[in-house]
Amino acid sequence: MSDLQDKIRDTIEQEPVVAFVKGTHEQVYCGNSDRALQALRSVGAGFAAVDVLPDPRIREELSTLSEWPTIPQVFVAGELVGGADIVQELALTGQLEATLDERLGDSWRRPGDERTVSVTEGPGLRVVPGG
Amino acid sequence: MSERLAGLLRTAFPGASEVEVIDRTGGGDHFHVTVVDAGFDGLSLVAQHRLVYDALAQPLRDGTIHELRITTRGEG
Repeated sequence: MSDLQDKIRDTIEQEPVVAFVKGTHEQVYCGNSDRALQALRSVGAGFAAVDVLPDPRIREELSTLSEWPTIPQVFVAGELVGGADIVQELALTGQLEATLDERLGDSWRRPGDERTVSVTEGPGLRVVPGG
Repeated sequence: MSERLAGLLRTAFPGASEVEVIDRTGGGDHFHVTVVDAGFDGLSLVAQHRLVYDALAQPLRDGTIHELRITTRGEG
């Protein structure tokens, strides 16, 4: 078990809603990552983003943990909800809100509460201030 | 390339009522696949998509598929 994998796991377990994306919450470099974040925004969810681009090992370790081969990956309450296609579909059908309600109560309704956290720079989670 | 992916999906989902592979850009590396199979009934979308990823593991691993969109449905 690598330190990086520990940190990824900690982030998944500690953040109520976390999206692993290519880029940050302010600057996304991939259409699929953008679709996932837009889906979260469409229901008014606050979230933490993790940028997988700074180090290719982030993506490798994440996929080993999650058994999901592609980016983005969205987790709610420690559990994989899906990639861009699933999260978008769930948002359109109302099931994303239902899933968030079920797992997090009302606490996820934090529109605009977005930040990007690092899993490679320590100690602890480094918070990149939002704009 | 679309035919190869469709073949892999039909092998993995022999009972599927629909298997469709769309080359989204015409470049042979951005695909949208759709699989409708009664075997998906009762499975979460994550579980359904995992089965599709498993079926396409080889072209995903060797870089043939640069980007993959997935739509899955059960029959229920």
